[in-house]
Amino acid sequence: MANIVSPLPGIFYRKPGPGKPPFANEGDTIEVGQTVGIVEIMKQFTEIQSDVAGVLESFAVNEGDMVNPGDTIIVVREG
Amino acid sequence: MKRLLIANRGEIAVRIARTAREMGIETLVVASEPDADSLAARSADHVVVVGPAPAPASYLNQDAIIAAALDNGCDAVHPGYGFLSENAEFARKVVEAGLTWVGPDAGAIEMMGNKSMARDSARKAGVPVLRGSDGPLDPEADALALARDIGYPLVVKASAGGGGRGIRFVHDEGELLATIEMARGEAASVFGDPTVYLERFVKHARHVEVQVLGDGKNFIHLGDRDCSMQRRSQKVIEEAPAPDLPDAVRQTIRESSVELARECGYSGAGTVEFLYDPANHEAAFIEMNTRIQVEHPVTEVVTGVDLVREQLLIASTGSMSVRQEDIEFNGHAIECRINAEDPHNNFFPSPGVISVLEWFEGDGVRIDAGVEAGSTVSPYYDSMLAKLIVHKDTREAAIEGALEALYGTRIEGVKTTIPVLKKLLDRLEFSAVKHHSKFIETVDNLMEPK
Repeated sequence: MANIVSPLPGIFYRKPGPGKPPFANEGDTIEVGQTVGIVEIMKQFTEIQSDVAGVLESFAVNEGDMVNPGDTIIVVREG
Repeated sequence: MKRLLIANRGEIAVRIARTAREMGIETLVVASEPDADSLAARSADHVVVVGPAPAPASYLNQDAIIAAALDNGCDAVHPGYGFLSENAEFARKVVEAGLTWVGPDAGAIEMMGNKSMARDSARKAGVPVLRGSDGPLDPEADALALARDIGYPLVVKASAGGGGRGIRFVHDEGELLATIEMARGEAASVFGDPTVYLERFVKHARHVEVQVLGDGKNFIHLGDRDCSMQRRSQKVIEEAPAPDLPDAVRQTIRESSVELARECGYSGAGTVEFLYDPANHEAAFIEMNTRIQVEHPVTEVVTGVDLVREQLLIASTGSMSVRQEDIEFNGHAIECRINAEDPHNNFFPSPGVISVLEWFEGDGVRIDAGVEAGSTVSPYYDSMLAKLIVHKDTREAAIEGALEALYGTRIEGVKTTIPVLKKLLDRLEFSAVKHHSKFIETVDNLMEPK
């Protein structure tokens, strides 16, 4: 298992905007560099990209949760 | 007006509460959970927590805010700027609930919120506009022929955009049709309205604006401001009056802004924004903001008029207290926006706890702050902490005074934009008024020592 961590503090979102589909779901195959979420801080939005390839196992935080730098956002089964 | 609900946070909530108190109006500020003990909350007579931290659940929660007003005996709502201040639906709901809305009516907000309708009414009122499609671009129209008349480069703008959002640049004819297509798609998904219009692009434009007041019967201006020092379309330094503006241009924008207010029977404070092309000495309409602006203090200190007081008078009595002939302009004012961002790290936001905060005190220095020592700067809201306003006899003295005040200000615990404000005020381009609204983006080594 590998963790995708947030590089910055802010609020985690799984979707690019209200009413839009999530960037990724549990069970999806994801690639290195793929956008898996957004962290918003003071109205600035930063895309979170995966640094591993594999299958998205689970989300460690919920939509709208506060994250700190180094917090795990997503757990990935490598392969 | 006996008890006013302030539907905002930070420095503008503190600012509104101050004038309301001077007028003998009780205040109630709404707050999100983490803001329950903020400086704004403590500046008002009462505070009501309307929801959790995310703005959609609190400061944008229309029903919770109206319920807070009704449950607590408020008779009026001041929306400040941002959040719900230009939301016509909210203005309408406030009035339908039997409360007084401190601002222009929903119809005026709606018209000015639609950028192509606003441009059209401006044109009809005699406000200079940029060459463009004069209203929404008809999807059936010959866009290529229209664009040839306007000239390249040009911009495609979303009718529902504004504030620097929903704008696409077109260098030449080859890019036009694809860009229009893309802009329509983007506008539909971002703003829920695919309408776009075309406008000539001005290189190195300055941003000037006119403060207006109307009470439905009388319409006046309180002079102009220049807000050309911007970063990514967000204002950084503002001043009044606008420097280095030909008399004829100044007169045209002031008088035509009053005409625009008259045309829509405007009631409240508003700002008509212009793009100024210094190469051709031409000003052209951008948009009208139907609320109090962040930079209103520079106008207040050079005119001596309290704009929030006028807003509250217009809303409560139907009349403003000043006439055009009462308005006099004295000296020059500069406002610096102090944001919790790190200018040494690409303006990265810097939330945290303010451990030390010491403001500079001196003649002609005004601080409009939303924080104090011990305040927590939340990641949930925008990064502006305070505005430092300096009023002196001349522009040179105001620049000097602003520098002195910034050097005498200490904020610790979060990174702030004070270092970049010092650099900008010290630039020759700024003192010579050779800066423009993309100036900051064009300087590579702004933060390096000279």
